[in-house]
Amino acid sequence: MILHTLIDYEVLRVIWWGLLGVLLIGFAMTDGFDMGVGALLPFVAKTDAERRVAINTVGPVWEGNQVWFILGGGAIFAAWPPLYAVSFSGFYLAMFVILAAFIVRPVAFKYRSKRDDVRWRTSWDWALFASGAIPALLFGVAVGNVIQGVPFHFTDDLHTIYEGAWYTKFIGLLDPFSLLAGVVSLSMLVMHGGAWLTLKAEGNVRDRARRFGSIAALVAVAAYALAGVWMAVGIDGYRIVGDYVTGGPSNPLHFEVEKTASWLTSYSDRPWIAIAPVLGILGGLLTFLGLRAGREISTLLVSKMAILGVISSVGLTMFPFIMPSSSDPRSSLTVWNSSSSHLTLFVMLVATVIFLPLILVYTAWVYKVLWGKVTEDDVTDNSHSVY
Amino acid sequence: MDFGIVELSRLQFAVTVMYHFLFVPLTLGLSILVAIMETVYVMTNRPIWRQMTKFWGLLFGINFALGVATGITMEFQFGMNWSYFSHYVGDIFGAPLALEGLMAFFLEATFVGLFFFGWDKLSKVAHLIVAWLVAIGSNFSALWILIANGWMQNPVGAEFNPMTMRMEMTDFFEVLFNEVAQAKFVHTVSAGYVTASVFVLGVSAWYLLRGRHIELARRSITVAAAFGLASAFSVVLLGDESGYSATHSQKMKLAAIEGMWETEPAPAAFTAFGFPDQEARETHYAIHIPYVMGLIGTRSLTTSIPGIEELERQAETRIRSGIIAYDALMHVREERENADPAETARFEAHSADLGFAYLLKKYVDDPREATPEQIVQAANDTIPTVWPLFWSFRIMVALGFGFIATMAYFFWCASFKGMNFPRPALHLAVWMIPAPWIAAELGWFVAEYGRQPWTVDGVLPTAMSVSALSMTEVAITLAGFVIFYTVLFVIEMGLMLKYIRKGPFQDVEETDAWVARHTERLAGRRNADATAMPAE
Repeated sequence: MILHTLIDYEVLRVIWWGLLGVLLIGFAMTDGFDMGVGALLPFVAKTDAERRVAINTVGPVWEGNQVWFILGGGAIFAAWPPLYAVSFSGFYLAMFVILAAFIVRPVAFKYRSKRDDVRWRTSWDWALFASGAIPALLFGVAVGNVIQGVPFHFTDDLHTIYEGAWYTKFIGLLDPFSLLAGVVSLSMLVMHGGAWLTLKAEGNVRDRARRFGSIAALVAVAAYALAGVWMAVGIDGYRIVGDYVTGGPSNPLHFEVEKTASWLTSYSDRPWIAIAPVLGILGGLLTFLGLRAGREISTLLVSKMAILGVISSVGLTMFPFIMPSSSDPRSSLTVWNSSSSHLTLFVMLVATVIFLPLILVYTAWVYKVLWGKVTEDDVTDNSHSVY
Repeated sequence: MDFGIVELSRLQFAVTVMYHFLFVPLTLGLSILVAIMETVYVMTNRPIWRQMTKFWGLLFGINFALGVATGITMEFQFGMNWSYFSHYVGDIFGAPLALEGLMAFFLEATFVGLFFFGWDKLSKVAHLIVAWLVAIGSNFSALWILIANGWMQNPVGAEFNPMTMRMEMTDFFEVLFNEVAQAKFVHTVSAGYVTASVFVLGVSAWYLLRGRHIELARRSITVAAAFGLASAFSVVLLGDESGYSATHSQKMKLAAIEGMWETEPAPAAFTAFGFPDQEARETHYAIHIPYVMGLIGTRSLTTSIPGIEELERQAETRIRSGIIAYDALMHVREERENADPAETARFEAHSADLGFAYLLKKYVDDPREATPEQIVQAANDTIPTVWPLFWSFRIMVALGFGFIATMAYFFWCASFKGMNFPRPALHLAVWMIPAPWIAAELGWFVAEYGRQPWTVDGVLPTAMSVSALSMTEVAITLAGFVIFYTVLFVIEMGLMLKYIRKGPFQDVEETDAWVARHTERLAGRRNADATAMPAE
């Protein structure tokens, strides 16, 4: 097979860096509102009928949405094996908490309304709340840690070693900056969930979703701006030093890396990337206004725009870094040294080019079939078949 | 290297993957059975077939939720607990996992929601297509996962790259059309079909024994017996095909399953029964069936199958060759592009045995410093413990033949006895419900335990594959999984039993109401404007 040399290795790496972003953004835009609805559940829905309406707005689609998460994991494994190996084992206990949430959530959706017992249903409602809010927070915390660098290094055999005892590895993740990043992601997804509920529900649920969603939008914008200021004054950046090749073998130890004063120097190197944070802040503010004005469809769109801006701003600011090492900068993972082989990236790209558009088409079709509001009557009429 | 962490991580993987596989086979088979029932409904328009679709579909849904949930653990556990494995073979192993998401999992997960929620939003035929897409998606998932697993059993289409210190893919199609993966795929999905057939058969038999839902139960048994009979034949035949491919790729596993310590002259006999003794290296009280093993393993009367002791001697030779590869690799790794071509050539000549040198890492940090005793010990490590493999395999095969017999009998009753099933047979069918799960778990045990001490056969030892975690971390997650999974299992079983006891009454009423509504909706659509029903 020589076909894969048609596309340069470094070009494939940049494409896969972009696809990593596409998957994360796809996950946040779709499963994000599922998590947001879960986190909003105790606030927007008071009676059992209201809760069932809120749950059934995501009932038919959460399963497909969650695949973005699974595909994200698979794609990181296939395209960025060192990133998969380092991050998943490094954030071990945090990953376990996220996994637990993602295991409870499907079960809670499916089983909640299968018994009439009030305690049964209330317990599952709390499970839905926790499994929405906790991962939404932890994803941001993880990003906050990645921005600051993670304490790990490679041995010559490329075994990964983490600095510190197991509890510092877990509790240490929750430093102030990372918690702020967690607030950004939680409030952003709650905002998105509010926008979704406004579109899909009616009456009380809709009104409360507008109120809580618009508060979340303001919190998201404020926290995001604050994190930006913090990065300008208090967070180290990283850069590659010396000669390096962008199309060479994927071995992080072949590079030299040093810390710099701030990540934000990338904005003077590549001014055009400023479009990402602008989209993030503008999207958040427009979502606030849209929720206030009750513009349903356009609000969901600008909420997606905010997600696009916020997530891509992190990637674009750090480029070419993916996961810097704070204790041994030389071990940092970058786009140029932690991908799969040339052939694997090519094969996976071919598969993605064929199947990702297909996925988007049939997902869009399913959303179209399910178009329209979920009402309390729908839920009572089909009590047996809906959640 | 800390040995405790390896054992604990293995235990966690075993617990989570075996738990996951309680739900997978039923998903694989029931998705197809439900789609078949709905097909009959669409073709005949008889409401009872819709009731069957709804009823078995509901049980499918309860099972599916846990299958999906526990599958997420599997996708992430490689990185969490097996990070060196992920680094070392991720270039090959990650691809089928990602392809599973792209090609299969998205399909089944996107449409499964529509299957349950779309009855009032889709035409009959469109809903039927959705049901089939769910079934196809589920089965495609299995294909990609088994391509990944098949590669761990028979690592083709890849080679070690000294620059990146990992295995890299050299030929995607070799990975895709790996004979082990293909045989395993058909064997595994057939096992899923048998599981679902036995499940539908058993539950329906229970209804017949109580005189409930007679019409629905009889028809369900007929579908399950026909589908189950074909699947049971397939699972045994393809199991045999797996045995044949193991002869080329995993000789040690085959010899251990057979309890065959010494190479026998061709054609080898099959040991039907016996007590393998690891210490004495013989199988006591063995009952041999002449020729059978030679025929299964080699499809010939003249090719011999190597025994455990011969394979151990081969492993020792390969360890010594692997040490040469390791020595040359150290030079190449240090010098990179400036490496001495003679050293590069020396590495390439021995690189196929590099994994065998890694077996020594359990005893010594630098394999080059291994003593002759350590080399002998490492060669001895390549022999898995024989008796669990020997017995698991035999119980699985016996159950497999049991499924063929049961399905054939019920199929005969359904076809020629006017769907009259004798009560003893119905009792047997109820008691048989757990059997396919036992067979499936034992089958996986043989496949995975038989691969030890390797994660990737001949390439990467299990002891080297783990993450650098503390015992505490793994103990916390293991305890968490056990508690969590036990609670979920109790809840799941409770719901399953509740809905089985309740039976399809609701579906009967619901179907009557739905048929009326659906007819009205279709009639109304002809008059109303086209945008009112965007889905159709």
